[in-house]
Amino acid sequence: MSFTVRRGETVGLVGESGCGKTTAGRTILRLIEPTGGRAIFEGKDIFAMPQEELRKLRQRMSIIFQDPYSSLNPRMNVERIVGEALEVHGIAKGAALRERVAALMRRVGLRDDSLERYPHEFSGGQRQRIGIARALALNPSFIVCDEAVSALDVSIQAQVINLLKELQGELGLSYLFIAHNLAVVKHISDRVAVMYLGRIVEMGTADELFESPRHPYTQALLSAIPKPRPGRPKDRVLLEGDVPSPMNPPPGCTFHPRCRHALPKCSQVSPANVEVSPGHVVACHLVSDGLTAPYPITRAPSAG
Amino acid sequence: MIWAAVAGFPRLGALLFPEQGGSGLHPWIALVSWFGVLGLVGYTTWAGQQPPPPKDAVRSPTAELIKQFQRNRAGVFGLHIVSWMIVLALLTPLVAPFDPDAIAAGDRYMPPQPGYWMGTDDYGRDLLSRSLYGARISLSIGFIAVGLSATLGALIGAVAGYFGGWVDRASMWLVDLLLALPRLVLLLAIVGLFRSAGAQSLFLIVVILGLTGWMGVSRIVRAQVLTLKEQDFVQACRAMGIPDSRIILGHILPNAMAPVIVNASLAIGGTILTEASLSFLGLGVPPPTATWGSIINDGREFMRTAPWITIGPGLLIVLAVMSFNLLGDGLRDALDPKLRGRA
Repeated sequence: MSFTVRRGETVGLVGESGCGKTTAGRTILRLIEPTGGRAIFEGKDIFAMPQEELRKLRQRMSIIFQDPYSSLNPRMNVERIVGEALEVHGIAKGAALRERVAALMRRVGLRDDSLERYPHEFSGGQRQRIGIARALALNPSFIVCDEAVSALDVSIQAQVINLLKELQGELGLSYLFIAHNLAVVKHISDRVAVMYLGRIVEMGTADELFESPRHPYTQALLSAIPKPRPGRPKDRVLLEGDVPSPMNPPPGCTFHPRCRHALPKCSQVSPANVEVSPGHVVACHLVSDGLTAPYPITRAPSAG
Repeated sequence: MIWAAVAGFPRLGALLFPEQGGSGLHPWIALVSWFGVLGLVGYTTWAGQQPPPPKDAVRSPTAELIKQFQRNRAGVFGLHIVSWMIVLALLTPLVAPFDPDAIAAGDRYMPPQPGYWMGTDDYGRDLLSRSLYGARISLSIGFIAVGLSATLGALIGAVAGYFGGWVDRASMWLVDLLLALPRLVLLLAIVGLFRSAGAQSLFLIVVILGLTGWMGVSRIVRAQVLTLKEQDFVQACRAMGIPDSRIILGHILPNAMAPVIVNASLAIGGTILTEASLSFLGLGVPPPTATWGSIINDGREFMRTAPWITIGPGLLIVLAVMSFNLLGDGLRDALDPKLRGRA
């Protein structure tokens, strides 16, 4: 897979459970040792970097996790959780550290008098804010948001997403936003990449991808978004079967066993990336052969 | 006990300038006791002057644990007995009525009576004094050896679990190997070996007990670390570039300590027993230094004529080991959220 996240941009990464979204996010930060490939961050290859240099670079990259309960050390108070990285990297200590942590807490919308408190005294949304404060502590330029709002209530999700957007505007952050909630991804992302079995099958700007998806898998995914209009005829593209094992992916296009438009060569040749319009890339034989996958959502004029 | 303290008052000088006692450890224990007692008195005075914390005060995980523990009566009982034993052991030079090694030829084989509350042994030595001094040695051996083995075990287990790979395989292979050797036989062999090399015995026994007791702890810690290291807060640390050593010591071990503490409090009882077994077999701390095991060993020949020599220290061992076990069980229940509310 290959993609770029530009400065100040949010790239959404979507796909089914188990398709490798989280693995991709963590490999970029080298939390999981990569088996190959390159990840260029500010001109340097993260994967080829010696440990010492990587440690310094970690100040510029950060991660926000899905589960606000397991992502905070239960035996540390907020000041230590948020401030530890500042201390380790020799940025601040003592009273200065305290002041910076308090400022971070205010920045993410929490009271700055709660530095002595422990994670179990906060609600899920508050904990997620602490996680965000921790991710911001080192002043990063790039943050991986690994399902950052999936575990939260819908109302809290909106708050946290708005907070992330605000912070992006203020600090010029770049996000890699990993999620399976398409509505959330559409809302926050500038560009979206759709993953299937460890490969990006389609990538484009959020608007274009959601308006005119080209890959059959993307079409099926998008048709699963609930429509806010009751009584409308359902036009779901239902996928049959399960995601095959990533250890032993099908030959050719990995999606062909579940694709209703599969051509004979789909099971033999892996499709190449085709740019269908500027910035919109699809890996599908149908598209590269000039056929269009019949997108089943008929945009008929609404009744009335 | 007040009587004993008064009776022991002339020994105050000996406490300040400890010269008596069979082992080189006594002066150090006396010194530590002084600091300990002073610290304790100082702390209680200080704590008494502090305003009580407000009722809805934020409770740290530790405070929560204490509250849970207090609900377990047996555990609290064990804690009380253990604390009393420690206090008595610390204050021994003040409360012991006699020099533990002083021989009184006229007072041999005296049964328990006023003056000799636990009787005397075949040399006419006061058994109460010997048991009190023995408590210092036995408890010190228990605490230091278990402290050593728990530290060692926790570190080895944490490193094995955190780094995995060949580090893990090598250390767990070592654990399996050491666990396959019967501990007592191993101890006898090592003690015998070093004894003939003329090594200092008390120190030797503590170190050997410590070095042969860490395997269980390391396995427990390793299992904990394997689950902890996948937790997001550990991954967050790695993402922020916090060094591995700091992650292990600051994040993983504090969260893996609960079973270690439980295991340690149970192990102290076991270690006291092992030391008693070694002393009983004549391979423990050399005479005339009193430990509970060595007193029993001394009294073995006179079980029929003077059973009090063995019964007294024997009961003390039972009481100590039982208290440590109750304490350990109580801690385990308090630390295991699944058992909460059942005690």
